[in-house]
Amino acid sequence: MIKDKREVARRGEAAAIPTAWEYAPAPESREIVHFEDRYGLYIGGQFLEPLSNERYTTIDPAREEPLAEIAQAGKADVDRAVKAAREAYAERWSQLRPSERAKYLFRIARILQERSREFAVVESLNGGKPIRESRDVDLPLAAAHFFYYAGWADKLEYAFPNRTPRPIGVAGQIIPWNFPLLMLAWKIAPALAAGNTVVLKPAETTPLSALLFCDVVRQAELPPGVVNIVTGDGRTGAELVSHPDVDKIAFTGSTEVGKAIQRTLAGSGKRLTLELGGKAANIIFDDAPLDQAVEGIINGIYFNQGHVCCAGSRLFVEESIYETVISKLKRRMKTLRVGDPLDKNTDVGAINSKQQLDKIGSLVQSGIDEGAEIYQPPCKLPERGYWFVPTVFTNVAQSYRIAQEEIFGPVLSVLTFRTPDEAIEKANNTPYGLSAGVWTEKGSRILAMAQKLRAGVVWANTYNRFDPASPFGGYKESGFGREGGRHGLEPYVALDGS
Amino acid sequence: MSRLPVRKTYKLFIGGAFPRSESGRTYDAEGANVARGSRKDLRDAVRIARQAGAGWSGMTAYNRGQVVYRVAEMMETRRAELAGLSSGADEVERAIDRVVWYAGWADKLAQVVGSANPVAGPYFNFTIPEPTGVVGILAPEPPLLGLVSRLAPVLVGGNTAVVVASEAHPLVAIELAECLATADVPPGVVNVITGLRRELAPQLASHMDVVALDVTGADGDLAELERLGAENVKRIVRGKADGQSPYEIEAFLELKTVWHPIGM
Amino acid sequence: MATAPVLPGGFELPLEPRLPRLGSIDAVALEERAATLATRSIKKGSKVFALDLAIRVLDLTTLEGADTPGKVAALTSKGIRPDPSDPNIPSVAAICVYPNLVAYAVERTRGTGVKVAAVATSFPSGQSSLDVKLLETREVIDAGADEVDMVIDRGAFLSGRYAQVYDEIVRVKEVCAGRAHLKVILETGELGTYDNVRRASLLAIAGGADFIKTSTGKLPSSATLPVTLCMLEAIRDVHEETGRVVGMKAAGGIRQAKQAVQYLVQVHETLGLAWLTPDRYRLGASTLLNDVLMQIRKERTGRYQNPDYFTVD
Repeated sequence: MIKDKREVARRGEAAAIPTAWEYAPAPESREIVHFEDRYGLYIGGQFLEPLSNERYTTIDPAREEPLAEIAQAGKADVDRAVKAAREAYAERWSQLRPSERAKYLFRIARILQERSREFAVVESLNGGKPIRESRDVDLPLAAAHFFYYAGWADKLEYAFPNRTPRPIGVAGQIIPWNFPLLMLAWKIAPALAAGNTVVLKPAETTPLSALLFCDVVRQAELPPGVVNIVTGDGRTGAELVSHPDVDKIAFTGSTEVGKAIQRTLAGSGKRLTLELGGKAANIIFDDAPLDQAVEGIINGIYFNQGHVCCAGSRLFVEESIYETVISKLKRRMKTLRVGDPLDKNTDVGAINSKQQLDKIGSLVQSGIDEGAEIYQPPCKLPERGYWFVPTVFTNVAQSYRIAQEEIFGPVLSVLTFRTPDEAIEKANNTPYGLSAGVWTEKGSRILAMAQKLRAGVVWANTYNRFDPASPFGGYKESGFGREGGRHGLEPYVALDGS
Repeated sequence: MSRLPVRKTYKLFIGGAFPRSESGRTYDAEGANVARGSRKDLRDAVRIARQAGAGWSGMTAYNRGQVVYRVAEMMETRRAELAGLSSGADEVERAIDRVVWYAGWADKLAQVVGSANPVAGPYFNFTIPEPTGVVGILAPEPPLLGLVSRLAPVLVGGNTAVVVASEAHPLVAIELAECLATADVPPGVVNVITGLRRELAPQLASHMDVVALDVTGADGDLAELERLGAENVKRIVRGKADGQSPYEIEAFLELKTVWHPIGM
Repeated sequence: MATAPVLPGGFELPLEPRLPRLGSIDAVALEERAATLATRSIKKGSKVFALDLAIRVLDLTTLEGADTPGKVAALTSKGIRPDPSDPNIPSVAAICVYPNLVAYAVERTRGTGVKVAAVATSFPSGQSSLDVKLLETREVIDAGADEVDMVIDRGAFLSGRYAQVYDEIVRVKEVCAGRAHLKVILETGELGTYDNVRRASLLAIAGGADFIKTSTGKLPSSATLPVTLCMLEAIRDVHEETGRVVGMKAAGGIRQAKQAVQYLVQVHETLGLAWLTPDRYRLGASTLLNDVLMQIRKERTGRYQNPDYFTVD
């Protein structure tokens, strides 16, 4: 009798063995987020209708669905924003005791922490990035950035020995679409800490977290005009750059636009910092901790769909371990989950825009045409939305476009090297110099490589780590100026003395 | 019977040598036939400066400091000559003292400019200054103190330099080059081109291998130079023609941040 | 007696041909990867699957000085029919006991498909002579144990006598050969570094382990997600390099269903579904079972459960 029951149980077990373990969808609820139908421009502490009367629609790139109507700020709008910032600078913010400035910034940090889940959903909805990343990377770092610079606000004299740092005035800030809120934090936190006021333009495709941030500004009771947000496309950015009453421009984006801004500002005497493109080398030596290195490769290029200026898009593998690394890499790529950004198990989300998708597609085609060997893991993509399967190219020559140009997508080019000198020579053989990775167990080699790589950030036995205390920025055509750390204050202060 | 003095021929200073301009041209300045450097001279100088970069930046900071100090020693022995080609003894003494001041910075920069960064995770994270590369300098007036004020911070940070000397007062720059040549400054680390600013400055500004341009002494169309410099995202530095500070050095430095995990 | 090949210093590991590179482990990156995998959100059907699987791969264990035939009998009944009220709940994979109690467990499990595993080789310390270890192994197999969970000599390992560790595994394996599966316990909590965990994993595999197992459960520091990930990667490398299949057993400190699911997800994403069978994967635990049962019932009824409704055995 008992035995029979047991057999039933064991038969039931046998029938239950499936051929695949599909994780059930685990979507983060979007109920927490409420969008207005249309947004104005945040100027002088309130939302104003754009004088330009122009609007555009911002969408969810994973579903190609409209999310809200956004104002396209024109010349007169930018002028209003700069005036508001100037007034706030002269009459309020620069008059405030630094310790009071600090407390406002601490407030912002706390409010971001409190509302982080809401912001994470907004970032994933409007930008296409996986909620796991918005939740675990973008939001904690954005809040931490405000917290870090809040503490500097009343300690600036310790950051600049033998100097009395003063604010510069009104900063015009233009940020990209890959980390909308985090880039906002990188820009606004140090500017405000140093006593400046800002006019910030979020990227055309990802304005929503910046607009939601206006509500944080309101909750923090920041004096009106200290933070102004003007939305729009490149035309709005150009108006901001050329506005005569802006004292400083900070730009993060493409090298092409960065150069144009530098040209525009030529002779103006305005301060400028640029954080531009990259084509980072990620170098794997044969003694590297391989499984962790493979994670580093994956994180280096597929983090945020490869929409990362410091992405490790050129993989250099020592020839003696080439086969092993490629086999491990392909195996790992098969486990990447591509799909709904709001699903907590998604590793790779949606491409940010149609335009970017087309650009990635055309560069990948060039790689195929030039003779590189493409690998893409089997992957079921949603029918709507902008998607690109994680891609790796092997048999890549240094001269191929995919080894030279920034793709800004989930596309990795693999090259090999035989000696450390060869790795360095090839790694540095680019007009860019933002970041680099090196994987080896040998301490002296790490330090030698770190010294010789011409890049502003070198990750050794890790990749794509960020922290408010850690300066970030490029060599060569990857830009100039640093964001993060004590060094990140420098672009926002005037130093007297000889 | 008075002796007829032997005159000096004022030539360029490129790669540790004193060649004539490849163009064969000269121009008249301060009563001398001064080499009128050409585009090609400038190109050669930049190429050689780039080659010299690895050795100069790879030197220990202590050694670099000693070499820069040695420049001051050489200047001291040529005080009279330098004074005769500048505004006088006062300018020379200030210039020499400035070189000494900067020499002492070589092995302190990383401590003052760099940092160990307390990141929120199991990583050791530090930031160190590194030279930016080949720096173009448009020397300001006064011809010796101005040049030294701009060159010394570039040099002590480990960069190599291509200097366009004062067009009106080029002779002291070549005199200084002779101090550099005898001061163990490796060939090519500093290169001095004399000639016409309007010919040379745009070439320097547009050269894709010049990473930073010091425009403190720019007397022409600054906006145009900056526009040309944007093509390779040049660091444009407007410093002080008569000042000394570590911030002047920092303007020609890149900051490199290195991460490494801390684990067992 | 098996002997390890003589190799230059630093390569004392008795590498059989084509075993993967010893390699090294970056602790921070390993821990980050393990932590990331642990954030997988497993819901609904996929969770029920995982909970059911957790029972099927469970080595239900009692390793107490106070163990008695009665205790083993109760545990065995529980293992065969974990939830008498629910016929869909499968049996566990094995009952794991001390040598003296093997016979009772064998008697109770006969005909059920539930295996009996015995700890041996002077568990948990391994601090006795090889002869004693071999004798104990023979005894438990003679008593009917299907599986032997041996411990490595950590003292020998940590003092660099890798050949001795290897030799003992080979000798125990000889006793087991054809009669019982051999699980080799590394006691990772005593090994100090992930590099050592990887080294010991490869050593045990080279010596003939059918399974490698994290811990005795007798230390405060037992299985952890980074440790098991490190071991799974060693197993994966061996499989890639040689085609040989080695099983994995995570044991010690796994008490909650949520943890069990995390371990299973890790196996799934590291070695794939092929490793999620009792032949290749085991969880060693005791109190875990009731928490899994509570979670299963919660998934089926939608109600959070009360432990009083689940038998304590």
